[in-house]
Amino acid sequence: MELLIDIVLLGLLAITAVAIVATRHLFVATMLAGAYSLTSAALLVNLDAVDVAFTEAAVGAGVSTVLMLGTLTLTRRREKAHRKLSFGPLLLVLATGALLIYGTVDMPAFGDPNAPAMLHIAPDYIAGTRDDIRMPNIVTAILASYRGYDTLGETAVVFTACVGVLLMLGRRRDEDEEAGSRRPERGA
Amino acid sequence: MRHHLVLRVVAKLLIPFIILYGLYVQFHGDYGPGGGFQAGVIVASAIILYALIFGIERTRQIFRPEVLLVLAPLGVMLYALVGFWAMAMGGAYLDYDFLAANDTAGQHIGVITVEFGVGLTVTAVMTLIFLAYAGRTHEIDDEDW
Repeated sequence: MELLIDIVLLGLLAITAVAIVATRHLFVATMLAGAYSLTSAALLVNLDAVDVAFTEAAVGAGVSTVLMLGTLTLTRRREKAHRKLSFGPLLLVLATGALLIYGTVDMPAFGDPNAPAMLHIAPDYIAGTRDDIRMPNIVTAILASYRGYDTLGETAVVFTACVGVLLMLGRRRDEDEEAGSRRPERGA
Repeated sequence: MRHHLVLRVVAKLLIPFIILYGLYVQFHGDYGPGGGFQAGVIVASAIILYALIFGIERTRQIFRPEVLLVLAPLGVMLYALVGFWAMAMGGAYLDYDFLAANDTAGQHIGVITVEFGVGLTVTAVMTLIFLAYAGRTHEIDDEDW
């Protein structure tokens, strides 16, 4: 059953991806990208990675779609048409894809308890979360406690992104127009 | 703004529940899926929904950018200070074991505080980024919908 759901969801992802590439209408592409994120979230739930699925649904399908729509109000709605198929990039993409698929041949099976990644430090995390931290959600225990430094760094990255965006876009258009530093582009 | 009656009513009904769900995800992160990051995005999406329906200007009056600009670094600082707090109690940086009398209580206090800091920063940052984008566009008239 799980395999069937996986196949259906992956098929949907592939169809959505092709549709995103095919459409020239950027509004359609944005909404499809949101749908792509939501489908990946469903796929992650099926893989029992609920925390990741949660983030994917909230950030990928939610906030970034809204931000892309916000960007669309500032740009054109249509992509410039260039229909010519270029063979160099196509070949490169196909070769990379083939290499990646070749790489999965050596990967341990999904959920294999003897996978190298599961043998190094994961048993300590699991035992420690059970006996010392005593939190039912082991993901939170790892992210906030065992990997507390990483999460501190990630929070700082989020903050830095905010500083960057505000430095570039922080001034509102009407403030700019009042200051006369740029001419209104549309006759509003 | 006099139009979209259905949207306005539905948004008014939904926004409190979205924020409540965000708080649940925030403070229930040790027990269920979620945590500060997801909770921050959920609360921010409630604010963004408000902005989409009721306009940017009203949103700026309620969720003032000046306040959000303080909250964003405050969350990171709260996180970093928990680390120094653990050092002051005799542990290593971010070693929550030392925050309370026994290790488990200390870990719980540390994780909840740290996740709250993450939630604060993410809420403020997502809202600020959205307001920055939205502030670049002209107000969309009702006829443009």
